[in-house]
Amino acid sequence: MLKGWLVLKELLRGAAITARHFFVNMTFHTLNLFGVRTKRRGAVTIQYPEERKELSPRHRSLHRVLSREDGKPRCVACMLCVTVCPSECLSVEAAEDDDPEVQKYAARFVVDLNRCCFCGFCVEACPVDAIRMDTGEIRLTAEARAGLELPLEKR
Amino acid sequence: MLADVLIVLVKVVLTLIWTLLLALFLTWVERKESAVLQDRIGANRASVFGLRVFGLFQPFADAIKMLFKEDFAPSFSQRFLHWLAPAMSFFFVAVTMVAVPFGDAVRLFGRRIPLQVVDLNAALLFMLAMLSLGIYGILIGGWASRSRFALIGSLRGAAQLISYEVALGISLVGLIMVFPSLRLSKIVEFQGGMLFGFLPKWGIFLQPLGFAVFFLAGLAETKRTPFDMPEGESEIIGFYTEYGGLKFGLFMFTDFLEVILLSALATTLFFGGWQVPWLGAGGFVFPWGGNLKFAPWAVTVLQVLSFNLKVFFFCWLQILFRWTYPRFRYDQVMDFGWKVLVPLGVVNILATGLILAAR
Repeated sequence: MLKGWLVLKELLRGAAITARHFFVNMTFHTLNLFGVRTKRRGAVTIQYPEERKELSPRHRSLHRVLSREDGKPRCVACMLCVTVCPSECLSVEAAEDDDPEVQKYAARFVVDLNRCCFCGFCVEACPVDAIRMDTGEIRLTAEARAGLELPLEKR
Repeated sequence: MLADVLIVLVKVVLTLIWTLLLALFLTWVERKESAVLQDRIGANRASVFGLRVFGLFQPFADAIKMLFKEDFAPSFSQRFLHWLAPAMSFFFVAVTMVAVPFGDAVRLFGRRIPLQVVDLNAALLFMLAMLSLGIYGILIGGWASRSRFALIGSLRGAAQLISYEVALGISLVGLIMVFPSLRLSKIVEFQGGMLFGFLPKWGIFLQPLGFAVFFLAGLAETKRTPFDMPEGESEIIGFYTEYGGLKFGLFMFTDFLEVILLSALATTLFFGGWQVPWLGAGGFVFPWGGNLKFAPWAVTVLQVLSFNLKVFFFCWLQILFRWTYPRFRYDQVMDFGWKVLVPLGVVNILATGLILAAR
């Protein structure tokens, strides 16, 4: 009997909590609808494609390959990133550079986004800081798989 | 004669439109209300010519999608019964609305037109009977699918609905003792009186326990979430496992119609139906003295509005409950029905009888 009353009390408390949320949120929605600015909004969600949240500075998004001042890619084709990549999504083709200081550069630098797991190991491994994942681009979609194999020097 | 037929036809069409529109609107209300009480925004993308209106077109988009889906029936199902089940469960709920009084009788062109499709003399029994027949839709649907999960769902549904019908019936006995009539229009008229000179003589004040039992049993009858044994989305999908498209839509729609029906019944039986507190035929007569005169048409409008407001409130309350409580376990559902609601209903009958005898 007592247990029954306790259950009833808790059930009513639950309904009171949801009802309170409903009325508080409805008040804010109504105020905002009529142009009254409030500190809080009626909902904690955002309307995604129109509203964006700012990404954290550490967020790992689409890769980019950096270049030197003279426009050549920084990458020296040391293959460290290719070696460290756990999902084997990088493929780098080396070519000989005329500059004896550089010796090698990447003629082709392709990231297969079908496989990439965005672990960021390639960024950590790079000795010349040639690859970064800070473009902030997170909408990575394509109609076909080939569309996600990105030669990065084109970015 | 012809005029009578015409009047009834118009009333049938209006009632049907009211019910179906409200049910369609309720699908939107359910999505929005659940969103708001969970700090979300809810469906707001459906638009016509870029006009969004809080996603109010969502029900129509859903309806169009349902209509154009493939009318699928598994090869192992009983075709005819599989088709019949959703139609049956929809029909028996929709037909119950004919007995609901929307307002007092109006005088038009020298005729007395009750705002009720038919004024049955045993309307209460008729409604309970139609509600029981609704079970057949579930049972046939699950059985004709020839699928184990559907059958489990439909058997659970039958057991649950039959159990709660007992409680539902018993909870109304006390009400019939207080308002000695089964005619819904009479019951509403009785509730126009006053209690202690100031309180409207609504069923809730005369039968508080009866209302609690009735509303809880009614919640179980709508077979929505705290009591959604027949469906059990997360485990067995329930009696409509093998349904899709429009036929599934009809089952869904029936759920919303049942919500409306329970709201209409609770309003009619316990919250004075179309009665507005202290509003008589000539206008308001307040118990603290003073009155407010109204034209007869204004009184009718107020009464219909009052009925609608009460129905909306109960729809809102049911959706709130649906989004607040998790599902009961099956044995809890059965315990609650047989060991709590039925005894409480009996206690209510005894108490009512004692009070009536002592008076």
